[in-house]
Amino acid sequence: MSLSVTANDEGRRAGFAKRIAGFFRRYPEAFAALLILILCIGVGLLNPAFWQLANLFDILRGSVVRGLFALGVLMVLAAGGLDVSFSAIAALVMYAVTKAVTLFAPDTGMVLIFIMSAVGGALLGAINGVLVNALKAPSLIVTIGTQYAYRGFLLTFIGTALFMNIPPAMDHFGQWSLMSRTAENGFTVQLPGFVLVLAVAALATWAMLRFTLIGRAVYAVGGRPDIAERLGYRVSSVQLFVFAWAGMLAGVAGIIHVSSNRLANPFDLAGIELSVIAAVILGGARITGGSGSVLGTLLGVVLITLVSNVLILIGIPSAWQTAILGLFILSAGVFFVLQKRWS
Amino acid sequence: MNRQLDGQLGFLVGVNVLILAAALVFVGGSFVNLFNFQSMGAQVPELGLLSLGVMLAMISGNGGIDLSGIALANLSGVMAVLLVPLMVSPDAAPVAYTLSFAFVALVAGCLGGALNGLLIGYAGLTPIIATLGTQLLFTGIAVGLTGGSAETLGYIVPMDDFGNMPFWGVPLPFALFIAVASLLAVILRFAGFGKRLFLLGSNPTAAFFAGIPVRRMLFTTYMLAGVLASVAGFIIAARTSSVKWDYGTSYVLVAILVVVMAGVRPAGGYGRVICVVLSAIALQMLSSLFNFMSISNFFRDCAWGLLLLLFLASARIDLTPYRRVRS
Repeated sequence: MSLSVTANDEGRRAGFAKRIAGFFRRYPEAFAALLILILCIGVGLLNPAFWQLANLFDILRGSVVRGLFALGVLMVLAAGGLDVSFSAIAALVMYAVTKAVTLFAPDTGMVLIFIMSAVGGALLGAINGVLVNALKAPSLIVTIGTQYAYRGFLLTFIGTALFMNIPPAMDHFGQWSLMSRTAENGFTVQLPGFVLVLAVAALATWAMLRFTLIGRAVYAVGGRPDIAERLGYRVSSVQLFVFAWAGMLAGVAGIIHVSSNRLANPFDLAGIELSVIAAVILGGARITGGSGSVLGTLLGVVLITLVSNVLILIGIPSAWQTAILGLFILSAGVFFVLQKRWS
Repeated sequence: MNRQLDGQLGFLVGVNVLILAAALVFVGGSFVNLFNFQSMGAQVPELGLLSLGVMLAMISGNGGIDLSGIALANLSGVMAVLLVPLMVSPDAAPVAYTLSFAFVALVAGCLGGALNGLLIGYAGLTPIIATLGTQLLFTGIAVGLTGGSAETLGYIVPMDDFGNMPFWGVPLPFALFIAVASLLAVILRFAGFGKRLFLLGSNPTAAFFAGIPVRRMLFTTYMLAGVLASVAGFIIAARTSSVKWDYGTSYVLVAILVVVMAGVRPAGGYGRVICVVLSAIALQMLSSLFNFMSISNFFRDCAWGLLLLLFLASARIDLTPYRRVRS
């Protein structure tokens, strides 16, 4: 490029930046997809051991619980709120259900266990929704409160001991594998059946957001609550619905966590909140509400799982993962702000 | 306006008296002896300083919040522990070591706060996202630098004395906390910065058209919060003679609880330093009371969560008629 920049050049460059910004505005999912691509190519070049099916299985397995959480957070975020209590809901539900089933009805089938956990999670989520409506306070602050209340309740009144012998139905479910493959280092890696649960949950969330009235209401309320209210949407019921949905997914995620680890630890899942929110933000959902897609969220989740799984392959010690995650959130935030400013 | 303010202050004084009375009834003399007060007084500053940072962020409005406080406090401690021994030997010159420790910690806090300020003020990120990101970033850097383990300082006389030796019966961290809080109160009350901050928080659009430099104001506010966090980091290092990346993770919640209990409006534009100080003291006394009554830590977490919800509810009840009169 020549040193003197003519007005025409500048105009063309502005047009180019505008078109790029416009593209990402229309497809915010592309940001996460791009990062995944760069990461995969980079890691693959530095360490060819990356390219094997076993690794893909590992990443899918690692994405399920976080993915279920992220779908819930997406719903709440799209409706203009923020939820950080889902990990506590999952811990409470998984421990309470596992304990109850073991003590009272060890032969309960998996379907019933899932229904119990979904209902339990939805109820706890609904409490969040009611409180956010009633207190008229930022939902971040409200759900920080319920997070501590739920987890404190679990540890004080339900139990603190590990549960090693989980019900047989859950054990079988966790072991159920769709495919298995032996990796280069001799370990056999399986594609677990519970990946299907994430697929079903993602499809259901997508269909609900896209085709149902309540799904459209979620975006309307998240985008402009005042206008949505004037159009006749009941903001409080929408809020109740999204928090209940997030709670339901969290309950299911808790059961999957127990089944795949074959133990119920009430201290588990704490501290996962930020990485889940990071995944949703990276997937293109705006924190101010009214946007976000299921596809983008899933891409964000894969990206986060990728970061925590593969950095070790290229010699970055795991101690630096958190810092890189933070950088990712910040760069996503800055990227989406700039893109809005340019278009 | 004044009646509302005094109401909050009176309420907090009442809460403190109530907790003391409850302590006298349930625990008796061992709670109100000098030693217990000194140990409580040494613990309040960390929480209090972090809460003041959250308060500043909240006052600035626009969903302002600082979730990165404790992460930055720990990071500034870690930075100081790693950097200072390269310049000053702790055995040969303990006083110089302590001073440089404080200096490095403050610089780290300043830089971290400035990063928050840049992201929120100039780049225009939502405070939640920016401080979530920097919380992870600060924690991550602290983990990366230390490899995840605690770093001990060893016994450095002036620093240890500062943390653990009361002077005329007053723990020095507490004295420092009161000094910093008073300074902040004066700035908020009398300096132009304070007046502009409250205006900005109550109505950002009006503030912008009134010629208030919104970006610079946000930058300064979050940088100030970072400095407060690093003072907390120094006190933590002095008191415990060690630094660790995951010290006091529950302070994220508890600092917000303190601020909400102090009547700071989450929507911005209102908050008082003295209320935050009283509210931090009340929570510390309650926490010690739980300890004396040997109530489990888990129940304490549960109680903190419920208290936060309770105070959000009470703020809602108090403010409604007041708002109607004003508008």
